[in-house]
Amino acid sequence: LRGYSHGSSLFLPPREIARNCPIRELLDKRLVFVTGKGGVGKTTVAVALGLRAAAEGKRTIVCEVASQENASRLFDHTEVGFHEVEMEENLWSISIDPDESMREYVLLQLKVRAMRDMLFRSRIFNYLAAATPGLKELVTIGKIWELAQPDRKVKSGRTYDLVIVDAPATGHGIGFLQTPRTFAAIARVGPIHAQARQLDRLITDRDHTGTAIVALPEEMPVNETAALEQDLRDEVGVAVDRIYMNGLYPELFSKDEAARLAQIAEAENGAVRAAARAAVSEHGRARSQRAQLARLRRRVQTPVKTLPFLFEPELGVEAARLLARRLS
Amino acid sequence: MSSVSDILDRKDICICAGSGGVGKTTTSAAIATGMAARGLKVCVLTIDPAKRLADSLGLKELDNQARQVSPELLAAQGVEIKGELWAMMLDAKATFDELVARQAPDEESRDRVLGNRIYQQISSALAGSQEYMAMEKLFELHSEGRYDLLVLDTPPSRNALDFLDAPRRLTQFIEGRSLRMFMRPTGLAARVAGRGASVALGVLRRIVGFDLIADLAEFFNAFSGMVDGFQARAKRVNSLLADPHTCFLVVCGPQGEPIDEAVYFHRKLVEAKLPFGGVIVNKVHYPAERLRGDDPDLPAALARALGDEDLAQRTFENFSDYQALAERDAANIERLAEEMRSRVVIRVPYLDEDVHDLAGLAEINRYLFASNAERTALAARLGEA
Repeated sequence: LRGYSHGSSLFLPPREIARNCPIRELLDKRLVFVTGKGGVGKTTVAVALGLRAAAEGKRTIVCEVASQENASRLFDHTEVGFHEVEMEENLWSISIDPDESMREYVLLQLKVRAMRDMLFRSRIFNYLAAATPGLKELVTIGKIWELAQPDRKVKSGRTYDLVIVDAPATGHGIGFLQTPRTFAAIARVGPIHAQARQLDRLITDRDHTGTAIVALPEEMPVNETAALEQDLRDEVGVAVDRIYMNGLYPELFSKDEAARLAQIAEAENGAVRAAARAAVSEHGRARSQRAQLARLRRRVQTPVKTLPFLFEPELGVEAARLLARRLS
Repeated sequence: MSSVSDILDRKDICICAGSGGVGKTTTSAAIATGMAARGLKVCVLTIDPAKRLADSLGLKELDNQARQVSPELLAAQGVEIKGELWAMMLDAKATFDELVARQAPDEESRDRVLGNRIYQQISSALAGSQEYMAMEKLFELHSEGRYDLLVLDTPPSRNALDFLDAPRRLTQFIEGRSLRMFMRPTGLAARVAGRGASVALGVLRRIVGFDLIADLAEFFNAFSGMVDGFQARAKRVNSLLADPHTCFLVVCGPQGEPIDEAVYFHRKLVEAKLPFGGVIVNKVHYPAERLRGDDPDLPAALARALGDEDLAQRTFENFSDYQALAERDAANIERLAEEMRSRVVIRVPYLDEDVHDLAGLAEINRYLFASNAERTALAARLGEA
């Protein structure tokens, strides 16, 4: 309810208060999942959030899951692997490998390396580990939990103020966040049950854990984002703090100018015609994107913030830096 | 040869594969519509498409049944179909249940599997089960032989390879040598229940708890009668994928990363000896032919034409940006074609309107079903018209 502390907000309807809540609310959390459908720019936004948090003095780590290594690719094409690698001041990155997470987890449980190694050599263990549905996702989330602990479990682990997760694309996304609960239900009793419940409590801890959905201003992505927001909130029970509408074209031309440009595109030839034609297209896309943005805002409860389309051939760390400054 | 109808000549199955967010669902629907327009009886299998596309195809429910898209509806949107267009939204869980029902030796074993909690998790949540069920449905529809062409929109996996890997992972899971261990009276299940657990098992039990192991053992017991059937079926599904009448189309976008993934996926297809048909690159920025975005005379020419320096400057900058993207796309696509040593690259332009209805599909099909020469002409008009 921090939004209420602003005097002027008192007079705004609830949705406007939500819309105006500052990015602090998100960065002050301990764990943020960045999610959305494939190809919307999740990695870039996750890294941008990381850069922003780091710039504000927070010790931040950006986690990738399922060894995609997109974030490290964004920085310098070196693979980080299952290590916490410092990218910049206050900003670390890790690629969470489920097998490595499992080894680490089992060691934390057994405390004796030789015993762990014996277990990993056993065929029964390997078979069960591979066969148990969701175990990979569970240990991945387990590692995320471990990273987010103020008092780290691994030896000489660094304490982070903020853990940002570049989550799997939706389809798998909700399933991923639901894994602990599913697992707790399967295991019923025993240590895994208890730990799965602990992970579920972390995910649904609205004060410390949040999600940011990345969307695109097109018909289908808007529909999917609205459905995802609802599922995350109602099915998973996680706080949805932000929706970032990514790739928004600037409104370069007014309606009158677009009409004028359309005339030119008809009347002229060559480069002038091509340039006028490109301007008319831009105007049309920018307008249809605004309509999609408005449609999304009508359909969701979460504040929707926009990020500009970047006219860059490839989005690198500089692009993420630019977005980091634009995040709100 | 570079029109989709040439690529799919004499094919029974078209599988659209690619990473998420590249327009696979739209492309699959467009291909199915285009082939139906050319007189074939086509069924497109899709997984949870955007509501509006489903609505426009007249698909209201996800019920695992093929439904014919009404010719009147198509005609009303200006799409003329000489053949038939059918569509189905795949329900992976229901398909898995059907498969179990078909493979079970009797009703009791069927119910034991369907009622097992581990099974319920696997059938909906196990990575790869959705992919495998898509193939399974494809196989089933193909065996029934009711369609001239089946178009499969592969599930939205992070990695296109998940799809190819799915049958192997799933069958490994339910067959595997280790599984036999559970089945033997002296196997794991017995040992869990008995007192003679090995040290490893004791340690394992300490970590995962007794219940989970017992549930898994029960699951494998319930499944034991079906392992051979599943194995045989998976083999047949795999050989259908490798059949010369099957065709894989790789769908991607023009940015560096999707192109890299398409190259990688193509290599894996070749390695697995699966029939590759071509690549469709969506949302390509076509360059205006023979024009450079940074033509120094252009701002002045625009200012003369528009009579407004400020507007001319913005128009110029916008054009430069667009041309830069077009050059990037062209370079990426060239790299793609080189890496694949293939000329079968179909470029669909980044259209002014985002595609989500039948009219949009028809617009896409002007490019998918054009010959190379026609496509170049169309694109030139896009750039300069």
